[in-house]
Amino acid sequence: MDVIVGGGVVGLSVAWRLARQGRPVTVVDPAPGRGASYAAAGMLAPVSEVTYTETPLLRLGVAALRRWPSFAAELAADSGLDPGGDPGGGPARTLDLRSDGTLDVAYGADDLAALDELAAYMDKLGLPVERLTGRECRRLEPMLAPSVRGGLLAADDAWVDPRRVTAALLAALERRGVPVVRARVSELLREGGRVAGVRLAPPSPGGRDASPSPGGRDASPSPGGRAGGAPGPGSGATGSGGVHGSGGVESSGDVESSGGVESSGGVGGLSELRAERVVLAAGAWSSGLAEVPVRPVKGQIMRLRSPRPLLTRCVRGTVHGSSVYLVPRGDGELVVGATQEEMGFDTKVTAGGLYELLRDARELVPGVTELEVADVVAGLRPGTPDNLPLIGPAATPGLAYATGHHRGGVLLAPVTTAILLGELPGEESELAALCAPGRFQEIS
Amino acid sequence: MDDLIIAGEKFSSRLIMGTGGAPSLEVLDQALVASGTELTTVAMRRLDPGARGSVLDVLRERGIKVLPNTAGCFTAGEAVLTARLAREALDTNWVKLEVIADERTLLPDPIETFDAAERLVADGFVVLPYIGDDPALARRLEQAGCAAVMPLGAPIGSGLGIRNPHNIELIVEAASVPVILDAGIGTASDAALAMELGCDAVLLATAVTRAQRPDLMASAMRQAVTAGRLARQAGRIPRRRYAEASSPMTP
Repeated sequence: MDVIVGGGVVGLSVAWRLARQGRPVTVVDPAPGRGASYAAAGMLAPVSEVTYTETPLLRLGVAALRRWPSFAAELAADSGLDPGGDPGGGPARTLDLRSDGTLDVAYGADDLAALDELAAYMDKLGLPVERLTGRECRRLEPMLAPSVRGGLLAADDAWVDPRRVTAALLAALERRGVPVVRARVSELLREGGRVAGVRLAPPSPGGRDASPSPGGRDASPSPGGRAGGAPGPGSGATGSGGVHGSGGVESSGDVESSGGVESSGGVGGLSELRAERVVLAAGAWSSGLAEVPVRPVKGQIMRLRSPRPLLTRCVRGTVHGSSVYLVPRGDGELVVGATQEEMGFDTKVTAGGLYELLRDARELVPGVTELEVADVVAGLRPGTPDNLPLIGPAATPGLAYATGHHRGGVLLAPVTTAILLGELPGEESELAALCAPGRFQEIS
Repeated sequence: MDDLIIAGEKFSSRLIMGTGGAPSLEVLDQALVASGTELTTVAMRRLDPGARGSVLDVLRERGIKVLPNTAGCFTAGEAVLTARLAREALDTNWVKLEVIADERTLLPDPIETFDAAERLVADGFVVLPYIGDDPALARRLEQAGCAAVMPLGAPIGSGLGIRNPHNIELIVEAASVPVILDAGIGTASDAALAMELGCDAVLLATAVTRAQRPDLMASAMRQAVTAGRLARQAGRIPRRRYAEASSPMTP
């Protein structure tokens, strides 16, 4: 059996793809879908997010974007959430997957000059972007401020609602009888030079065990952003019998059908889950369980709401050098993000963070001030030194990584599963090498 | 090249780096190595000094001295508080004092800066204040006990170079503490000019971190600072309106 540590978009996707292959698999997370995936905006925008030093990430992102339509269609069908017979159904409805492109706009003359330089670079890379004047931008998006000087349209970029994606993944796993154990993994079980499973932490007294957090300085990061998924009594480690207990498992109700799930009582009431392979997909918390160079990068993000959508496509912009993005959902939600802060496991939403987001968003789309504030949240991106994820087997037998996706977990989920499951076609084998965990001096 | 000495501490590199704007820690690390810097500023307001794997770890691994700055502060009160937090967290009494007057220009506020500098010096800090290219203010800050003065060449991140070389020269002439040109550097010739004008060091970040090839630009800056310093020490020839043959016309 494979045990997937971490129930975010990446971990759940890996579990779902393995389950589709008929592999026995179990997911462990104290609050599935409530980590970075819960905060994420869901931009599938490898082209408009390209930077001068990150063309490998571009290639990985483009390969991932290409896989999203089929990934989404299969997920929508598998989840059972797709309203049958509804012509408006399918992935567009179930996941709010939209492919109308990203419009990257410049606010001032300086921002425009920077955008022009970026356009020249994109041109050199042969990326499909269209250079637009300010007026052309406003014809596409009439709510843009008149002061917008110009823009770049990356017509192939897309976006999705990550909260719907995790909900669909959880539904698909339930339909396939995959157990989702609501517990925190306290450590990996290591036996004879290999990883043989995971040890589950006992549920914390308040039942607010928010993360698969490691021991150490920030052992108990604030559960702020994830509190909604706090497990109830009886959840988490379930002692002898493990996932067969009802409380800690969310499954189709027929847990036995998943087979291969073995857990045994451990010392001090702890419980273990044994596995042939452990896939570490614990995002920012991964470095507490194995020696991986993954650090939390805090992002604050707001969700606004209006009766009718203000924008028809994703708008990114640079306002006096600082960048902001606005992502519209079909239901009138408008996501405004996101800060990037190196604050350890801190997930406090700050006045300054929200101010900066709104200040810049309002310069680009003055109408945002009329919208209702629906949600503010801070999430922790799993950053790596080179901004590329770690995907593939660890040096230690029995352990694999699917972590360190930084800002790209949602986008990269389909390509992550392809790499991890060995489904990458030969002409794309370079992508696996880019993400190979061995590129870092990891000791695990 | 001769050593740079600030508050009794020796540095063989005269290039001080900032860390803002780097696309990734790996790119930053490569740029820092290429720059040869021994002193690098870190903004304390968007950083948890205790977090693993942060920019501080990169600096520690490379043996680069950390110079905390108070970027993002608008009042002397905030700056003093930030400096004290940095001292506790990083175990250094050095601080690059930065008090900004407004968000759009990011120009330093001279009054708040002076106020904060006085208080920090009294509190035992080694204070390196970021200021406009104002010779009078530079002199007053030196008299107030600052360990160096850091006049700007142009606004932060603008890459406009040294807009008022004359004022920088006036500051250099009067100063008996190191003068570090801070902000406005766009490319290597700007850094070389700063050193030719007599500055003791150059501080830059954006010019490197936002360059298309940060490591290459860092290397260029390192060489420009060295070239500028050597040229200053060598003594340039006077400018002449007309040609002067280098080989004598008459025996």
